[in-house]
Amino acid sequence: MSHWHHFRVWRGDSSEGDLVDYPVEVNEGEVVLDIIHRLQQTEANDLAVRWNCKAGKCGSCSVEINGKPRLACMTRMSTFADDEVVTVTPLRTFPVIRDLVTDVEFNYVKAREVPAFAPPEGVAPGEYRMQQIDVERSQEFRKCIECYLCQNTCHAVRDHEENKAAFSGPRYLMRIAELDMHPLDAADRKDSAQDDHGLGYCNITKCCTEVCPEHIKITDNALIPMKERVVDRKYDPIVWLGNKLFRR
Amino acid sequence: MSSTTDMGAGRAQIAARTLRTDRWWLPPLLNFAGLGAWVLYATVRAFMQNWYFVPEYNYLTPFYSPCVSNGCVEQAAHLGRFVPDVWFLPYALISLPFLLLFRLTCYYYRKAYYRAFWGSPPACAVAEPHGKYTGETRFPLILQNLHRYFYYAAALISILNTYDAVIAFIKSDGSFGLGLGNIIIVANVVLLWAYTASCHSCRSIIGGRLNHFSKHPLRYRAWGFVTKLNGKHMQLAWATLASLAITDAYIMCVSAGWISDLRIVG
Repeated sequence: MSHWHHFRVWRGDSSEGDLVDYPVEVNEGEVVLDIIHRLQQTEANDLAVRWNCKAGKCGSCSVEINGKPRLACMTRMSTFADDEVVTVTPLRTFPVIRDLVTDVEFNYVKAREVPAFAPPEGVAPGEYRMQQIDVERSQEFRKCIECYLCQNTCHAVRDHEENKAAFSGPRYLMRIAELDMHPLDAADRKDSAQDDHGLGYCNITKCCTEVCPEHIKITDNALIPMKERVVDRKYDPIVWLGNKLFRR
Repeated sequence: MSSTTDMGAGRAQIAARTLRTDRWWLPPLLNFAGLGAWVLYATVRAFMQNWYFVPEYNYLTPFYSPCVSNGCVEQAAHLGRFVPDVWFLPYALISLPFLLLFRLTCYYYRKAYYRAFWGSPPACAVAEPHGKYTGETRFPLILQNLHRYFYYAAALISILNTYDAVIAFIKSDGSFGLGLGNIIIVANVVLLWAYTASCHSCRSIIGGRLNHFSKHPLRYRAWGFVTKLNGKHMQLAWATLASLAITDAYIMCVSAGWISDLRIVG
């Protein structure tokens, strides 16, 4: 069974743009990305949208639907009332290229700034041995599909462009936490998390966790534990006193 | 101006602060009302310096434990009386500031009041009203990192609360007694312990800081238990606010003679 729905889609580029109204047919079982594709096939042949797997695993179709950062392929049309206007815009934290496509290079830059896994000296690839319980905590973070919804919704950069230089965002602070918790990673990442990647900008308001399509508990399991590890290093007077007394 | 609505950075030119159509303003509003009401009540009670102890049943409200002012009833002063009795010093001067700071720096409450009181952000994907944001990178908010030390203090104070709950079973004549007040006080102490144990700092100290769980099986099990509790930290934070207020209000009512304690034994 199908019905007609009122869609508003942001059309434009970095110099100008506006929300454009489209009446569009919706069939049972469809998701927002299906409707975007129908618009491409019918009323808006030049509508730009980034997509790939249509299964919530590639992280390509991140947009904002009725103001909420979401994957277009995982947002069912049945979650909207028949008379509800559905507004689709590009991610509002990154520069727009055209229509629903944004330039997410910020995230690639931040990814490159995180030093890679550093095995201990004398342990060659192929000789890594770990217990399952030592790695299962950080396996949660490996579910990340790099959709950048968390990076997009974090107000530290969403509302403050000037913080992009100093703040790596939840996705890459989670990566740092993952490596810091790794049983075989020999690099020291605690000082760097705060000094180079802006861990202090996170005020743990949990929007990254709320929007994660993989339901990773980014704040509780990565960012707060990382903050606590930094506290161990930098703010613990007992550790500080020990370092002073024993010159460690 | 928020960068969300600023066209300068090459972002999509959308003037609206948010396009959310749900009631995103309701949770921060409820938090504002709930936390504001509790702080108001606690402030009034902390400085009231009256109706904090029921001598007959040894009920002492947690807002006055330990009672260390010269104005405290001797029977309620388990740690002695050494603080001047002046109106601007709460009778529980050595515990209330630490409990306040423990809650103020708590990771859950931070989320709640950053959103509800400071609008930073008011809700996800809703532009905040501030032109500048440095988070917890500098003074004073960098002091949020001291949370774990207030956690240590709160754990010690929970031991005192437990002592208060135990001796509340002994009436002033030395005999055993059980009333509704005891049940309320014990429930409050259980919730306080659960909230304290579910703290993110506790989770880190117990085992979160380890990279090799396999070498510390007992700490790993304890970490798993605290992790489960930690998942309920928000609920426990609100439950303890409620239980503290209920416990205090009940003891105030009994102490003032507005109601009599419902006695089960003795």
